[in-house]
Amino acid sequence: MIRSHVLICGGTGCTSSGSVALRDKLADELKAKGLEEEIKIVMTGCFGLCALGPIMIVYPEGTFYSQVTADDIPEIVEEHLLKGRIVERLVYNDQAAAAEEATASLSETQFYKKQKRVALRNCGVINPEAIDEYIAMDGYFALAKAVKEMTPEDVINTILASGLRGRGGGGFPTGRKWQFARASVSDKKYVVCNADEGDPGAFMDRSVLEGDPHALIEAMAIAAYAIGADEGWVYVRAEYPIAVRRLSIAIEQAREYGLLGKNIFGSGFNFDLHIRLGAGAFVCGEETALLTSVEGNRGEPRPRPPFPAVKGLWGKPTIINNVETYANIAQIILKGADWFSSMGTEKSKGTKVFALGGKITNTGLVEVPMGTTLREIVEEIGGGVPNGKTFKAAQTGGPSGGCIPASLIDVPIDYDNLLEIGSMMGSGGLIVMDEDTCMVDLAKFFLEFTVDESCGKCAPCRIGTVRMLEILNKICDGNGEMEDLDKLEELANYIKSASLCGLGQTAPNPVLSTLRYFRDEYIAHIVDKKCPAGVCKKLLNYTIDPDKCKGCTLCARACPAGAITGKVKEVHVIDTAKCVKCGACMEKCKFGAISRK
Amino acid sequence: MKSLEELMAIKAKMQDKVAIRKGSGSTRIVVGMATCGIAAGARPVLNAFVEAVNEAGLTESVSVTQTGCIGICQYEPVVEVYAEGQEKVTYVKMTPEKAKTIIEKHIKGGKVVAEYTIGAAKA
Ligand SMILES: Cc1cc2nc3c(=O)[nH]c(=O)nc-3n(C[C@H](O)[C@H](O)[C@H](O)COP(=O)(O)O)c2cc1C
Repeated sequence: MIRSHVLICGGTGCTSSGSVALRDKLADELKAKGLEEEIKIVMTGCFGLCALGPIMIVYPEGTFYSQVTADDIPEIVEEHLLKGRIVERLVYNDQAAAAEEATASLSETQFYKKQKRVALRNCGVINPEAIDEYIAMDGYFALAKAVKEMTPEDVINTILASGLRGRGGGGFPTGRKWQFARASVSDKKYVVCNADEGDPGAFMDRSVLEGDPHALIEAMAIAAYAIGADEGWVYVRAEYPIAVRRLSIAIEQAREYGLLGKNIFGSGFNFDLHIRLGAGAFVCGEETALLTSVEGNRGEPRPRPPFPAVKGLWGKPTIINNVETYANIAQIILKGADWFSSMGTEKSKGTKVFALGGKITNTGLVEVPMGTTLREIVEEIGGGVPNGKTFKAAQTGGPSGGCIPASLIDVPIDYDNLLEIGSMMGSGGLIVMDEDTCMVDLAKFFLEFTVDESCGKCAPCRIGTVRMLEILNKICDGNGEMEDLDKLEELANYIKSASLCGLGQTAPNPVLSTLRYFRDEYIAHIVDKKCPAGVCKKLLNYTIDPDKCKGCTLCARACPAGAITGKVKEVHVIDTAKCVKCGACMEKCKFGAISRK
Repeated sequence: MKSLEELMAIKAKMQDKVAIRKGSGSTRIVVGMATCGIAAGARPVLNAFVEAVNEAGLTESVSVTQTGCIGICQYEPVVEVYAEGQEKVTYVKMTPEKAKTIIEKHIKGGKVVAEYTIGAAKA
């Protein structure tokens, strides 16, 4: 008889930090101690606290262990599972919640307390490879309700009333999209899921696929019923092997149970689902390029209209929604539109998942109600900026988005507020930056990404972004002129208005928003020839303060370029012509004699 | 899957199996499992509780967990029951049979089994 469940995260993050070896070791140890009949190991999807992986939770206590290694397993088995003594040294140390109770169960940690898990509700809770566990969590009851008790119009009206908007970036009302597709008359229609997830740093879609794949299958079936489709495609990038495997298993299981196939729940409704692997081009996340790619052609966008809801896959009416959008659907059908719309702000309902990255203590996935402030996400849930540094800005929306400066940290985050301050929701990547981040360099980073990823079909995006990047490089190298800022803005506006698809239309955003909030940093690069954050190498100089240098020779030995000379116990000097500005000398100096300016 | 009934049957069958992950139920049965407890036979007692709770279909509301040494080694195996709105009850010198009785009378019936408690043992 099972008395305890040990949940181990099998998401991509924890898998790469060794959670599979952990499971194997635990299984061996349980066997050796004769506990395999009492304790069950469950591999789950992502818990969200990826910075501290591998993560393990022991129920019924709910003890939350982090950074567990295979060497810790014998102790956990002997002490906790056999004798009931929690292994304190491995318990997640929730700095914010004072160390009064080290048994911090997961739901009480600062990281989880403010979260509201709707799209991620089963991630880290169920075994994604067991359809029965999904059913135990009310899985497929929404599909049953839809096809047995609701008309397609009822379904669409419920989604409309819930106020759900697309989580893939555009924020278009989901119910409206379904309405258009329902209204299109055709012998064949399709539903498509966008699981391309190209925004660097975002991984919520992967997490849903890995942790709760049946939620996607159920939602796509409901969408198909609503618009009158009988076939669906999931477009997922091939770089997500665990997600692809779990989704394939889930589709197989759903077919076996008759939840995919003919005459589902005896209602006469038929639906089946296929997977198409993407090769990882950013532009293939754009819906028209994605559909072209599913058809087997080179992934390039085409002008809209016609919109996919009228003319989509193989010319047939098609809806395309993002993974996280779908992950909300079954909950809305079961709990009602009012339940969903009670969360969030006036025009942005429900919750949003953010992938926290960059200079933040708790890197990982968090799901919060729309309207939560950046401060709550960064300082409370994210545990703040590490190493005593200060928060400078956060980038949302990835290469299509913009930055939010510290002065706007209390703005409630929703679709419209973000647009107003010059950023956008995007898919929910949220990169935190501290004082060591150069904003010009940041803009350059994202522009390099779009230059690489531009498909080349239209000239504004193909050529315009390259010209912008050249100007940024010039500024970072110390050759910028003030007119360059006007040129950047002018080019940005042409590219935004003349590009064919969203990639080009949004590519200048990181430059425009850093220019808006951090213009002084651009000016410092151009006029003073300085990089205030100390990032742009061409603008840096390392020097040794002769009063502080003791002549210990450590710096000279650390220098890979042989740029430092000096005898023992005598003052050393750096030859700036040879210096490669790696900073190795500064790290080694014990006397604080080396400075970077 | 041809009917909602089939889906409900799977859910019913599975619910007990995942209930444990919803965290502690409103009633907690805590078994002392330090070296002294294990030596005195706490392991079969723990298993008897887990089994009895399952059989009684109480997995949603009752959780069975273990703890270290409670500090009264001469009375091991020791079991403490924390029910909402009630004083903690400490049962001593437990056996699997006593465990079944406690589930029947105390957990289901709401009546403390006085003769198994530490008060009775000390008297
Ligand atoms: C360059 C570009 C990349 C995109 N990448 C993605 C992506 O990776 N995932 C996604 O869901 N949507 C992406 N989108 C948005 C899609 O075009 C589309 O709006 C979305 O899939 C619609 O689903 P939703 O309404 O549920 O958000 C991208 C758009 C552009 C212009």
